Amino acid sequence: MVAVIASTILLVTEYRTSQVSGVRSTLSIVVDPIKYLVDLPTAIVEQAAHSISSYQALKLENERLREEQIIHQSRLLKFEALENENIRLRALLENSFKLGEQVLVAELLSVNMAPYEHIVVVNKGTRFGVHPQQPVLDANGVVGQVFRALPFTSEIMLITDPNHAIPVQVNRNGLLTIAMGSGQMNRLVLPFLPSNADIRPGDLLITSGLGGTFPQGYPVAVVDEFTAEPNKAFATITATPKALLDRNRELMIVWSKSVSVPLITKSITTKERSSDEVK
Amino acid sequence: MRLNNHVSYFRIILTLALAMCLRVVPLSEEMALLNPDWVLLVLVYWALNLPERVGIFHAWTFGLLTDVLTGRLLGQYALAYSLIIYMCLKFHNRLRQFPFFQQGLFIFFCLLLSQLLLFFIKNLQHPAQLHASFWLPVFTGTICWPLVYGLMRFVSLFRFVK
Repeated sequence: MVAVIASTILLVTEYRTSQVSGVRSTLSIVVDPIKYLVDLPTAIVEQAAHSISSYQALKLENERLREEQIIHQSRLLKFEALENENIRLRALLENSFKLGEQVLVAELLSVNMAPYEHIVVVNKGTRFGVHPQQPVLDANGVVGQVFRALPFTSEIMLITDPNHAIPVQVNRNGLLTIAMGSGQMNRLVLPFLPSNADIRPGDLLITSGLGGTFPQGYPVAVVDEFTAEPNKAFATITATPKALLDRNRELMIVWSKSVSVPLITKSITTKERSSDEVK
Repeated sequence: MRLNNHVSYFRIILTLALAMCLRVVPLSEEMALLNPDWVLLVLVYWALNLPERVGIFHAWTFGLLTDVLTGRLLGQYALAYSLIIYMCLKFHNRLRQFPFFQQGLFIFFCLLLSQLLLFFIKNLQHPAQLHASFWLPVFTGTICWPLVYGLMRFVSLFRFVK
């Protein structure tokens, strides 16, 4: 009887408030070793695969990575100039500008939390300063957001979870909308666009920065189907996430500066102006 | 047959921890739908065979740990497990006399009740669609019961030869 009352009280308090997160993180210290234990076989297999890969394969991979690095480096050169130009232009418009982000690389634990929910567990928690609602990326695009941060692990809700929605914008023309998870891996839906919206298969969707959780400008998905039915108000649009949601083991947790910093941009422009004058 | 009281506490905890590992083992999407509630099966075994050692307190504690492990709302597994273990304790003397088939039927209803409670709580949070595969773990759990029973029998009776 006591047990029933206690669990009911717990259920209600956690549902109504978030007062018991302390209890959860304390208990998670007991439970987290289980997650690491379950992950162990996968980690060992991966480690073994790394250590026995042949010299030839390593050499090939090294060459490929070097090429990639050169390409990225040259792109970055241009990027820096573009960023400066962008800051200057924004300063001219007297607009705010958000400066860079800090990232933490976290590794996925192969643990299956519950069916029907696209929630994964990573090996970094509040000990590393992770907090709920932080955006999570991989090398290709947005993965999801931190759903719950525990001391040694944290739970990440993927963008394909049926309870997840992310504000996006079409990169081609800046059309704003919201992408919802469909519950299927590799499928997002855009339920809020009218049938005459200017969107077509192949369009890249990027984060719009509205809502404040996700920083602006990261690729989210590519539109792969657009069907406008004349008898319905909204079109059915589906998109494929850019991030490799079911294949990647390394994820990046992002700290973005949510406060915009117009003062810094002004000081940069004044500095540049003064340096121009010196010349 | 009543087990002797000398089963070490360590074994009970170890089997429950193993069951929790099985609970979150990474499986493909289809297999994950079939993964039965191992923690409950192991708890029921201990409650039927060592009712004076494993009771509602254990059920509640491990339910709470399962909640944290699977990221549910705190207390829902704790509630379901403690209710079912209460039932098991109430009927354990009668259940031991039952033939194996009837025991299986009892396990089936235990699992069904726990799943019903979980669905009820989930529905209170936000109305959820009931997918038919939600009930699959009940059936796989019942199918796995003889296996769990045999293994646990082995674990609880096994003695290190001196």
